[in-house]
Amino acid sequence: MGQDLFAIMTSNAEGGEGDAGNTGSWRVERPVINMALCTPAKKQKASCHLCWLYCPDGVISKDLEPEIIMEYCKGCGICAEECPTNAIEMVAESEFVEE
Amino acid sequence: MNVIDSGNVAAATAVKLAKADVIAAYPITPQTPLTEKLSQMIDEGEMDAEYVAVESEHSALAVCIGAASAGVRAFTATSANGLLYMSEQVHWAAGARLPLVMCVVNRGVGAPWTVWNDHQDSISQRDAGWIQIYVKDHQEIMDTTIKAFRLAEEVSIPVMVCYDGYYLSHTYMPYDVPEQEKVDQFLPPYHYKHTLTPEAPENLNSVTMPDTRKDIRGDAAPCYMDIRYNLHDEMIQSIEKFEAIDSAFQEIFERGGNPVVTPYRMDDAEHVVVAMGTLANQFKVVIDRIREESGIKVGVLAINLYRPFPIDYIIKALEGRKGVVVYEKALSYGNQGALFGDVKSALYPCEKRPVIQNHIIGLGGREIKTDTLYETLIASCRKADENSGITDTPNWVGLQTVEPTAAER
Ligand code: SF4
Ligand code: SF4
Repeated sequence: MGQDLFAIMTSNAEGGEGDAGNTGSWRVERPVINMALCTPAKKQKASCHLCWLYCPDGVISKDLEPEIIMEYCKGCGICAEECPTNAIEMVAESEFVEE
Repeated sequence: MNVIDSGNVAAATAVKLAKADVIAAYPITPQTPLTEKLSQMIDEGEMDAEYVAVESEHSALAVCIGAASAGVRAFTATSANGLLYMSEQVHWAAGARLPLVMCVVNRGVGAPWTVWNDHQDSISQRDAGWIQIYVKDHQEIMDTTIKAFRLAEEVSIPVMVCYDGYYLSHTYMPYDVPEQEKVDQFLPPYHYKHTLTPEAPENLNSVTMPDTRKDIRGDAAPCYMDIRYNLHDEMIQSIEKFEAIDSAFQEIFERGGNPVVTPYRMDDAEHVVVAMGTLANQFKVVIDRIREESGIKVGVLAINLYRPFPIDYIIKALEGRKGVVVYEKALSYGNQGALFGDVKSALYPCEKRPVIQNHIIGLGGREIKTDTLYETLIASCRKADENSGITDTPNWVGLQTVEPTAAER
């Protein structure tokens, strides 16, 4: 139907870390995972990974010890909210600033 | 099959024939019987679609946006304040290039409350990036709604089919209901090139920057201004598409023609009335009478496609005429009639510019008497002939408790 000639420009793109720019600079609180409470880390078995699923920026890895890419994590706190074992704590960025 | 039914039922039947998969709408007068009919047809198994009951018009369009993004044909309808309540999503749907169809059953906008007809609701959304088509009778509601799905899907721009509340929505008129087989032949199954699937996840309409930036692969991603230019450019290209779609429709259904503007007795006309919707049809009777009784050569130009605005058609139809009189049921407050302003700007580059006048009429359902049209039109033609007493301010026809001031100065 010739549709390919239309809507040639959109902002629809393959998702992935950094698709919205360096969103890490937006962060005022940083998610910190306590591996002692994180289910896959504790059991050393692939499981849970709800943080990976819910992170709107797709910056949490699906590893046994989930890792967060701080360059893009915008500090929204959704992962901390969703984590069923409360393994993620949102810590003020000021805590990480060196004197 | 010929039936006699209301304009709202004609619209609902068209949506059924177009095999819309998702309907999400919130009832508002005078649109209500349209959504009621759709929900009834779905409930009784006559139509295979999902009816999503929503708590507001904003949600209604949001549901349609989600449905269209996920690969199904979606439809909504509204009126007046309902349209304005969904306004944020109206703009979104256009920017997102989603091929939605919405019927706007035209009604005046509150405050003060009115449930009666004028065009202020959809005119207020003319700059949102939707295609807007104003129809004049029940058959046009039926046919245009079916065409609207094909147009929206071919150009990836949402389409509003606007029809006059009560004048069309609630009156009964005979019209032909097309056969399903023929509609299927005319309207291929829904296809949208950015359909979201679990296999190919995408970020839809993600944030853009003032300048081009790199996507995750390091390629240049389009930026806001360029994406918006593309919408504007492709809207203008849609005029040609609409013509082509109308021709395809004519081949199958043996009716149609003049989808963009409809001329009536224009060949020898020295004066031309420009109007939209039922008002344009009402003028046919008026000018027949004027031609017979006073010999003034006058014709009517109905604007069907209002956005994109068919500038070339307007110039072709109006350049060199003595007078053009724009009658309309909406205005840009503090300025003048919206259509008047558009027609004037279209004619600006012409060498032979007609004298052009504006009448605001029928707001909030104020009765538009054929006699009133007759008298005001003759007076306007005389003014144009003598080229005297022409003002650029709109004349408010039929005010009852205040005197028109600025217009008379
Ligand atoms: S949601 Fe919590 S428990 Fe689950 S993987 Fe993430 S951090 Fe670990
Ligand atoms: S706070 Fe958690 S959910 Fe939010 S962006 Fe960072 S990692 Fe993702």
